[in-house]
Amino acid sequence: MNFAAPDFFPAAAEIFVAVMALAVMLSTTFARNIARSLAYALAQFTLLVTAFITIFTLDTVVINDFGGMFVHDLLGGILKLVVCFAMMIALLYGRAYLAERRLDRPEYYLLALLMMLGMMVMITANHLLPLYIGLEMMSLSLYALAAFDRDNACSTEAGMKYFVLGALASGLLLYGMSMVYGATGALELPAVAQAVAGQTANKTVLLFGLVFLVAGISFKLGVAPFHMWVPDVYQGAPTPVTLILSSAPKLAAFALALRLLAVALPGLAGHWQTMLMLVAAASIVLGNLAALVQHNIKRMLAYSGISHMGFMLLGLLSGGGGTADSTIVAYSGAMFYAIAYALMTLAAFGMVMLLSRAGFDAGEIEDFKGLNRRSPWFAVLMLFVMFSMAGIPFFIGFFAKFAVLEAVIAAGHLWLAALAVVMSLIGAFYYLRIVKLMYFDEPLDNAPISASPELQLMLSVNGVAIAALGLMPGTLLSLCRTALAASSITG
Amino acid sequence: MTDIPFLSLAIWIPILGGLLVLASGPDRNAWMARMVALLTAIFGLAVSLPLYFRFDTATAAMQFVELRSWIIEFNINYHLGVDGLSVWFVLLNSFITLLVVIAGWQVIQSRVAQYMAAFLIMSGLMNGIFAALDGVLFYVFFEASLIPLYLVIGVWGGPGRVHAAIKFFLFTLAGSLPMLLALLYLYSVTGSFEILDWHRAALSMTEQSLIFFAFLAAFGVKVPMWPVHTWLPDAHVEAPTGGSVVLAAIALKLGAYGFVRFSLPVAPDAAMAYAPLVIALSLIAVVYIGFVALVQADMKKLVAYSSISHMGFVTLGFFMLNPLGVEGALIQMISHGFVSAAMFLCIGVLYERMHSRQIADYGGVVNTMPKFAAFFMLFAMANCGLPATSGFVGEFTVILGAVQYNFWIGLLAATTLILGAAYTLWMYKRVVFGAVANEQVAQLADIGAREFFFLAVLAACVLAMGVYPFPFTEVMHTSVTELLRHVYTGKLL
Repeated sequence: MNFAAPDFFPAAAEIFVAVMALAVMLSTTFARNIARSLAYALAQFTLLVTAFITIFTLDTVVINDFGGMFVHDLLGGILKLVVCFAMMIALLYGRAYLAERRLDRPEYYLLALLMMLGMMVMITANHLLPLYIGLEMMSLSLYALAAFDRDNACSTEAGMKYFVLGALASGLLLYGMSMVYGATGALELPAVAQAVAGQTANKTVLLFGLVFLVAGISFKLGVAPFHMWVPDVYQGAPTPVTLILSSAPKLAAFALALRLLAVALPGLAGHWQTMLMLVAAASIVLGNLAALVQHNIKRMLAYSGISHMGFMLLGLLSGGGGTADSTIVAYSGAMFYAIAYALMTLAAFGMVMLLSRAGFDAGEIEDFKGLNRRSPWFAVLMLFVMFSMAGIPFFIGFFAKFAVLEAVIAAGHLWLAALAVVMSLIGAFYYLRIVKLMYFDEPLDNAPISASPELQLMLSVNGVAIAALGLMPGTLLSLCRTALAASSITG
Repeated sequence: MTDIPFLSLAIWIPILGGLLVLASGPDRNAWMARMVALLTAIFGLAVSLPLYFRFDTATAAMQFVELRSWIIEFNINYHLGVDGLSVWFVLLNSFITLLVVIAGWQVIQSRVAQYMAAFLIMSGLMNGIFAALDGVLFYVFFEASLIPLYLVIGVWGGPGRVHAAIKFFLFTLAGSLPMLLALLYLYSVTGSFEILDWHRAALSMTEQSLIFFAFLAAFGVKVPMWPVHTWLPDAHVEAPTGGSVVLAAIALKLGAYGFVRFSLPVAPDAAMAYAPLVIALSLIAVVYIGFVALVQADMKKLVAYSSISHMGFVTLGFFMLNPLGVEGALIQMISHGFVSAAMFLCIGVLYERMHSRQIADYGGVVNTMPKFAAFFMLFAMANCGLPATSGFVGEFTVILGAVQYNFWIGLLAATTLILGAAYTLWMYKRVVFGAVANEQVAQLADIGAREFFFLAVLAACVLAMGVYPFPFTEVMHTSVTELLRHVYTGKLL
C-alpha cells in the first residue's frame, strides 16, 4: 500500500483556523492582563484572514482531497465565506455586551473559533465521518457557549437543555449514518450515492437510516417537530451567543443537509422530500403561530427562526424532480434563503444588543417602544429587518421567499406554497407589531442609544445591505446558482 | 419619440426626493423638509406631464417603454411602459401628491420630514405600479407601497390608528399573497414574468379560473369590493387628511387598474364566465353600501362608504365588457380621484378648525365660511354626479353600458344617482346650512390662500372634466377597444 501525503493547500483555511485557535489558547494563558482584548483581536484577525484565504482559493473546479474525506468546491467556499462573515459580525455585535457583563473571557473567543472550525469541516466534508466530527465540534462549542454566563440560572439551564437534546440528536444522526453504512458499505458520500443508485443496498435498512438522518438534520436546523430546544436556548443563552446560534450554524446545518441528502442520497430523493415536506409545513405553521403570542423578543425571533428554516426547506425539498437545472434552481433558492436569513437574524439580534446597555437587557418586545423618537435611523433599519423577515419587498427577505416559492410551485406542490403564503400572512402580524411599537408608541425610557460606534456602524451596514440586496438580489442569486452548479451535487 | 426615461423619472424623483427630505432630520428643520418636499412634488409632476403631451393616441401598444434586465436568474426585467389605460393614473398620482404636500403644510407639526417623505416615496412607488410591465416589478411596487401608508395611518392618525393601520396592512397583504402565487404559477407555465407575454399565453379554463380568483382576491380587497371592504372605513376615519386623500384618490385605483391590466387580459375566458359574480358584488356595493353611507354620523366615514359605492361602479363598468362600460369606469376612476380627494380635503379643512368629524357638531357653516361652502357645494354635487361635473360623465357612461348589457342591472346601477344625492346632500345640508349650531362654528375662520389654492385647482379639474372629457376618453379609446377585442377573442387551450 503506498501512502501519498495529502495536498494540504485546499484545506488551508481550516488549518489556519485550527492553528489560530491553539494560538488563542496559549497566548491568553500567558498574557493574562490583556487576555480579553487579545483574544477578541486574534479571533477577528483569524476570521478576517480565513475570509481572505477562502476568497483566494475560490474555484469552480471540484477537488477531492484527504483520501476523499474532504471536498473543495465553490459551494463550500461560498458557504465558508458567509459563515466567516456571520461570525465576524456576531463577535463584533456581542463584544460590548459581553464586556459590560464581564463575560468576554478568552474562552469565549476560543470556543467561537473552535465552533468556526467545526462548521468549516462540516461544510467541506465529503465523508460521513468528518461530517459528524465537524458537527460535534460545532455543537460541543455551542453547548458551552450557551452556558457561558455560568452564574445565571437561565443560561446554565439553556446550556444543559441544549446539550441533552443536542446529544440525543447527534446520536440519532450517528445511528442513521451507521445504517447507511451498513446498507451501502460506503462512508464516502459519492460512494454512498453510487451504492444507492446501483440498487445493491438494502432498501429497508437505508430508509430506516434515512429517517434518523432527517431527524438529526431537523434538530440541528431547529425545525418542528424537533424544535423544542430552540425557544428556551435562544431566550436563556446570553444574547451574543443567541446571535451566533441563530446565524452561522444554520448555514452549516444547511450544508449538512445538502451534503447528506443531496450529495449522498439523491437516489432516495422521493422519500426524504416527503419527510421534509411534513417538517417544513409543521415548522412554518408552528413557528408563525407560536411567535404571535411571545412577549420576549428573543423568544419571538426563535419561533420566527423556526418558520424561516421551514421556508428554507421548501427550496431543499423542491429539487430532484425534473431536470438537473431545476434542481440547481431549487437548491440555490434554499441557499439564498439561508444566507438572507443569516443577514436578517444578525441585524435583528444586533438591534437587541444596540438597545441593551450595562445592567439592562432589551429582552422584551416592549423595549422597542418609541424607537423612532429615540433614534429614527435605527428605527428605520429595524423596520427594514422586520419587513424583510415578513417577506415584503423591496427587501432581501421577499426575494428569499420568492425564490423558494417559485421552486415549490415549479415542483408542483401548490398546496405547500398556499400554506406557506397563508402562514406568512400570519407571520406579518408579529413583525408589524414591532414596527407599530417603534413608530406608533411613545418610548418607555428616553435613554440615548449608547452602543459602541463600531456596533452602530456595522449594524447600519447590515441593515442597509438588507435593503440593497433586496433592490439588487441578482448577484447573490447568481452566486448561489454558480456555486451549486460547480459543486459535487449531481442533481 | 424621445430617449428621456420619463417613467423612471416619475418613479425615482419622488423616492429620492423623499429620502432627501428624510435627511433634513428633526422638526427644527421642518421648513426645509417642507420646501424640499414641495420642490420634489412639483418636479415629479413636471416630469409626468410629457407622458400626456407626447402620448400617441392612435396605438394601443405600450409607450415610453423602458426595458432593462433586473434579475437575470428569474428572467425579471425592469420593464416600464404606459398605454391608454394607465397613463392618466401616473399623472393623477403626481398631481395628488403635490396637493397632499400643500395640504399638509401647516397641519402636520410633528415629524414633518417623515410625513412628507412617506408621501413622496409612496407616490413614486404608486407610479411604479401603474407603469410596471413586469409581473414581479408590479408586485414589488404594489406591496412596498403598503409600508408608507401603514406608517402614515399609524403615526399621524386618530385615536384608533393602530387597529386601522394593522387591519389595512393585513387585509391588503391577505389579498395580494394569492396574487403572488398566481404570478409564480404563470411564470412556471410561460417561463416569463412579462405581463404582455401572459396576455398571449393560452391557458385552460381551470387555470384561468384559479388565476382569476387569485387576482380577484388581490384587487377586490384593494378596490375594495363588498364584502372585503371593511378595512376602508376604518383606515379613512383614522388616517390624517393627506392619508385619506391618497388612499381614496390613488390607492383604491390600484385595485381597479389591476382588473384591466391582469384579470381581464390574462384570464379573459374566466373573466367572461365569472362576470355575473363580479357584477353582483358590484351592485351590492353600489346599492347596499349607498344605504350604509346614508346613516353615517361621521363625515369621513360617510365619504369612505361613498367611495366604496363609487368604486363598485368602476368594477361594474369593467365587467359589462362593452366599450361604454370600460371607458366609463376608467373615467369614473379619474373623476373619483379628483372628487374624493376634494371631499376629504374639505373635511380636513373643517377638522383642522373644529377637531370633530361628527356631522352633529356642525351646522350653519355657510354663515362663517362662505367661500368654503361654495367649494364644498361643488364637490358635493360632483360626488352625486350632477351634469357638468366630472362625476356625471363616468357614472352616466357606465349606466349606459349597463343598460346595454341588461336593463335591470342598469336600473339598479342608476339608483346610485338617487342614493348618492341623498347621502351627500343630506350631509351637506346638515353641516353647512341651517342656523349656526354652536359657539365654535360661530368662530370659524374662512379658508386662507393656501386652502383656497388647492380647492380651486381641484374645482377647475372637476369642472373641466365634466364639461370637456374628450382629452381623457381620447387617450383611452384605442387601448380599451384593443382590450375588449382581446377579451372576446379568448385564449383557451
